[in-house]
Amino acid sequence: MSLIATLARMEAVSTGRAQPAATVRHRRLSDRPLVFVPLTTAGEAGAPLGALVGTDRDAPHLLVVPQPRDRELRFAFLSELADVVLPYIDTYADDVEAAERGETDPETGKRVKVEVELCADAPQLIVPSRAGVDFVRLLGRSMRFRRTAEQDPETPYPAPPRVPLLGRWLTHFGERARVPGSSLLLAMTDVLARHWATGQSTLEDQHLGALLAWIDPPPLSTSLERGDPQSASTGAEAALRAELARDRDGQLLCPPAGPATDPAFDNKLLAPAIERYDRARTALAAAEDGLEADDRLGDLTAAEREIRALVESRTRPTWDAVWRGLDLLRSRLPEAGQHVEERWTRDRWSFTGHRDRVLAGEPPQPRRDDAVTAANKLAAREREQARLEAQEALDDPLVMAGRRLAGEAFAGEVTEVVMAYSEGKRPSPRPLVTVRTDDRPHLGERAKVFRSLGGKPQAAEFVGYEKAPEDAPDDGSALVVLRVLDKMGRGKEPEEGSVPEKDDLICFTLFEHEQRGGAKLPDPEQTPWTHGGPPGEQVPEAADALTQEDVL
Amino acid sequence: MPLPRTRGTALRHRLAELRGPDIAAKALDARALAALAANPGCKRRAILDGAGVNKAALASALGSPSVFGQSQFAFTRGNAFEAKVKADGGAELLRLVHEKLDRSAEPPAHARVPELTATGPEGRTARTALALREATETRGEWTLLDHPMLALDVAGSPAFLEPDAVVVHPDGSWTVVEIKSFPMLDGSADPAKVGAAARQAAVYVLALEQIAARLGDSDPAPRVRHRVLLVCPKDFSNLPTASAVDVRKQRAVTARQLARLTRIEDIADTLPAGTCFSPELPAADLTAAVEAVPATYAPECLSACELAFHCRARARASGAVTSLGRSVRAELGGLTTVEGVLSAARGESGDPDDPAVAALRRAARLRAEALGREAETLGNEAEALGHEAEALGTEAVAPCH
Amino acid sequence: MTAVFDPGAAATRATDAILHDTLHGTARGVVVDSPPGAGKSTLVVRAALELAEAGRPLMVVAQTNAQVDDLVLRLAEKNPELPVGRLHSSDADPYDKALDDLPNVRKSAKAGDLTGLSVVISTAAKWGHVKVDEPWRHAIVDEAYQMRSDSLLAVAGLFERALFVGDPGQLDPFAIVGSEQWAGLSYDPSASAVTTLLAHNPELPQHRLPVSWRLPASAAPLVSDAFYPYTPFRSGTGHDDRRLAFAVPSDGSGPDRVIDEAAEAGWGLLELPARHTPRTDPEAVRAVATVVRRFLDRGGAATSERSPDPAPLTADRIAVGTAHRDQAAAVRAALAELGVTDVTVDTANRLQGREYDVTVVLHPLSGRPDATAFHLETGRLCVLASRHRHACIVVCRAGVSELLDDYPSTEPVQLGTVVKFPDGWEANHAVLARLAEHRVTWRP
Repeated sequence: MSLIATLARMEAVSTGRAQPAATVRHRRLSDRPLVFVPLTTAGEAGAPLGALVGTDRDAPHLLVVPQPRDRELRFAFLSELADVVLPYIDTYADDVEAAERGETDPETGKRVKVEVELCADAPQLIVPSRAGVDFVRLLGRSMRFRRTAEQDPETPYPAPPRVPLLGRWLTHFGERARVPGSSLLLAMTDVLARHWATGQSTLEDQHLGALLAWIDPPPLSTSLERGDPQSASTGAEAALRAELARDRDGQLLCPPAGPATDPAFDNKLLAPAIERYDRARTALAAAEDGLEADDRLGDLTAAEREIRALVESRTRPTWDAVWRGLDLLRSRLPEAGQHVEERWTRDRWSFTGHRDRVLAGEPPQPRRDDAVTAANKLAAREREQARLEAQEALDDPLVMAGRRLAGEAFAGEVTEVVMAYSEGKRPSPRPLVTVRTDDRPHLGERAKVFRSLGGKPQAAEFVGYEKAPEDAPDDGSALVVLRVLDKMGRGKEPEEGSVPEKDDLICFTLFEHEQRGGAKLPDPEQTPWTHGGPPGEQVPEAADALTQEDVL
Repeated sequence: MPLPRTRGTALRHRLAELRGPDIAAKALDARALAALAANPGCKRRAILDGAGVNKAALASALGSPSVFGQSQFAFTRGNAFEAKVKADGGAELLRLVHEKLDRSAEPPAHARVPELTATGPEGRTARTALALREATETRGEWTLLDHPMLALDVAGSPAFLEPDAVVVHPDGSWTVVEIKSFPMLDGSADPAKVGAAARQAAVYVLALEQIAARLGDSDPAPRVRHRVLLVCPKDFSNLPTASAVDVRKQRAVTARQLARLTRIEDIADTLPAGTCFSPELPAADLTAAVEAVPATYAPECLSACELAFHCRARARASGAVTSLGRSVRAELGGLTTVEGVLSAARGESGDPDDPAVAALRRAARLRAEALGREAETLGNEAEALGHEAEALGTEAVAPCH
Repeated sequence: MTAVFDPGAAATRATDAILHDTLHGTARGVVVDSPPGAGKSTLVVRAALELAEAGRPLMVVAQTNAQVDDLVLRLAEKNPELPVGRLHSSDADPYDKALDDLPNVRKSAKAGDLTGLSVVISTAAKWGHVKVDEPWRHAIVDEAYQMRSDSLLAVAGLFERALFVGDPGQLDPFAIVGSEQWAGLSYDPSASAVTTLLAHNPELPQHRLPVSWRLPASAAPLVSDAFYPYTPFRSGTGHDDRRLAFAVPSDGSGPDRVIDEAAEAGWGLLELPARHTPRTDPEAVRAVATVVRRFLDRGGAATSERSPDPAPLTADRIAVGTAHRDQAAAVRAALAELGVTDVTVDTANRLQGREYDVTVVLHPLSGRPDATAFHLETGRLCVLASRHRHACIVVCRAGVSELLDDYPSTEPVQLGTVVKFPDGWEANHAVLARLAEHRVTWRP
């Protein structure tokens, strides 16, 4: 943790409220995000218990699996989920604009521009916490290899139509979420913690309720209503309540944001309700005539309604909390602008690319990446990480402050500009600029530094430190002499505004603003012997083996 | 190495006093022993575990109950899975041991599954040791020990441990088997859970090594394998699959921690006479008793120690910087409290030549500059709230209402 | 009765076997583990010359530009007639100016300009952008343990077979983003190139160089035991072969006493009082600088097997090693205050592959309130403790042993990954225990 972030946390402790960790919003928030609050069954892998999902904060879809170990009911849940999520995705898939993309011509091997479609906007999934992102991945993995009856009439337990498709989409969202700076799938706790520093640890920040309590503690009136005027709520107290407070029955007042449930809920409320449901179902199956069946169907419906109410009671607070987080992010922080837009455009490319793969009838994403795909992903993510770090610093003085403290950037006032030229036949301008700074950059010999000039990086080279005049007071500042290297036009004289002027306040970074492309990796069919050689003929991934018992 | 008899007896007596009259020691199981490595610098945890104090009961008595609990769904599923793995005389389990650890051996067509029931943990331990000796002497055959009982010397007292299974290979070597109900999905599993399983298995390996050393008095000691078998459900099914896990590191760590447990005597010596951790005492007395032993709280404790919420409250109350995370301390030098840090950052205290203080002031100045504030106001309520003054358009509500 | 160990003969046997496998073997790859100072560069140069002599076009892959330039210079020194290509980037100042003085070294940013030369050398990053129709018949991959698997993937199509050389004990490569999703895969892109290579080609011949010519007899056993427990090596020199002497006697201060201890024993620990400090602990930093200053002031002279006459211990034969860059910067500033220039001060990462007569190390855990995985990384300590030919002095605050004991061990475990040995904790304790025998306590 940087010292600036540490200070922010301590300030939060001391003031009782979260403190800014950013001055602008560094993540894109869609106007119409799809919020997804899932719950899972303890001890089972990929057995959802229920979820709230939708784009309307006042009318979420409640999906419930009354008996999570029943395959049919799980399939019904997934099918309903697909009915909500896929139409949402489709609305973005159909609205396209024309764009260009560089491709390698298969015949000439040359890079050429081709006209392609780019989706004008992209869907955005928001889950409460990082565990929610993992669960999206898990759901994606559990669905994408399933076979529908249409795909494979022989399959023993055919999945409902569109469930495998939902699996592929959730897999794509989950994989994209690993790319630094992407916003297709966001965890609310991560986005909030990126922008505010609380008076607790990063581990405790994983609790959405506690995190919100620090950022936006309930107003005093709430405490007054509780007849406890002394505990004007500080973030710390509100967070503690959110974490631990229980009602008389031992249930948490603020249920965990999931997907895992509180064991006390499982044992005291959910297990008995499921047991009643199972009994009602057995009774219905044993009904001997229509009248009795009607009666027992009523019992079953009541039992199911009870479980639905339980699931809603555990998900609704989280649902509301996610939307409140969105309000806070939207109302208190302006979006960082062009760089956020630029990263979102890459999300749109990613979305469009997957749309095209689905349309082209390509098979689902394999279980594990091949060597080339893995290396390409790692390289792309490292590039995005470096890009994100640079862009956030350029967009946000508070982030830049951290880089300055770390000696990776410096800001100051131009005290002198001396015109100079490069040697050679056609001398170009290489002006020497002196900057007075209080920062302590780690400048090595001839280190390259960059400043943002009209959104583009201008490079300069570190020449040396100038001695302060004898009579100058020693205030700890340094005079840095730089030689400007580029972005001054083609002429002998630099273009207007391309060279800093005396008294300008400027900021240089030691890190590059833009990322270079990495090495060109071979095609997967060309995987070299060091990495196992070509993977051979692609065979479609088999579906997961199904066990005989219907109940897991 | 066992302590000299008289010292050992005196220590046992002292630890019994710490537990309180007539309170039986809470037996340390493998999970608790493995957890010793989670925060080895914590003297509070060391003495409470060493004395066999029930920390969950203590936490409740202190008014900060622990939140560890298990869902009955997970419990049922875990038991069902273990039963499935061991069904059929352990045929599937042995097949996995053979496939993952010992392919050159004869495949286990039949295996001996000795009866291990006996009275009391001591009896079961003796029965297990006997079965291990017999199985090791019976070369060329596979033996499955289902829920054996192992004793491990912990600071002079035996701890009784019950692994899921131990397999004796035809060559006479021994393998620890851990059965867990989290899935192995496409060959990988939750690394935190695998890590915990490996630490637990390492405790069994140590216990088996003690037994093996005793058997080795006459013959060469049997080999305890350092690769254990972790058995989990495959993907989304309840079919078992397995992976060999090398626990040499975990074994070394746990051995080290066990050796250090002897220092509980030194800790006990620093406690005021009459110190007692009995949950029956009034909360104020208990708090004083617990405070008499220093703790090294860090947020990681929340998932590893029953007493964590109590320690967190105390750490927060005293303004300890580590309540914000272990890593926070790294750049703060000798500063250990939140107020101390803030006051140094504001320029109110601290030696400006101390690089920690100097860096804090630079950080405070840069932060204030970026936020358009004055560095001196750092942590002052009024200024901080100014930023939040714009009320939300939406109705402000408590996090969970 | 044990035979007398003849280091020269042992090393020659190893080198001959390696060259035989490389030139006449049938395997596509040969892997050579080289402990610190075991003559890796010499081996690379010799193998390059013999391959060139055999008429086999050779590409050499190194990891940094400095390593590439160093290899070019060494090749030219051994055989000035050999046509060598230095493939470089299109940045400004892409290579060492010293190469301009070598008539048979051709430099270019385009691989096409260098075709037909016996040897072409460049960094892995630059090779990653090269395309060829016809692969090179042979390659040498230097520092292969510090190369990432994905980096090898980008260049492996350029050659038919290769000699991989590196030091497994130094710092592992790393990624700046999480790569857990590929952990356990044989081709995990964030793993080291050698890990992937051997996972897919376990039958490749593997050799190791058994003798360290750099590390003195006082250092080789400790470094070998602590960092190479399964592949031990020996020192090429005996206890009497290396000597450090000083014209100026000790003034009795802590720095002078620790210098004398290190001159005598090869190791010295200057222990400051226990205290929690930030990374740039001013007392420790000053102590490091003072030790360096005293080394120079006392007129040190190093006698070794290289020459019968003592060589003066000059600033360029001394290095300071730290864990962090800001520590290096602080030591440089402190040295400048004492009027010392030309002493190399760098982090472990940058000292990899370098050699000095004397090193002064600021212990990575000195003054820290907590240990982290970064500070316990075996490779870091190994690099810092294995750069010297004569003596190594470690400056450290008391209390590191307790710090290690309190280190929480709750590492996650990824299925299918190979456990790396030795463990950082064990290695740190082993080094500390040895250093404790040469402790000089000092309150500045």
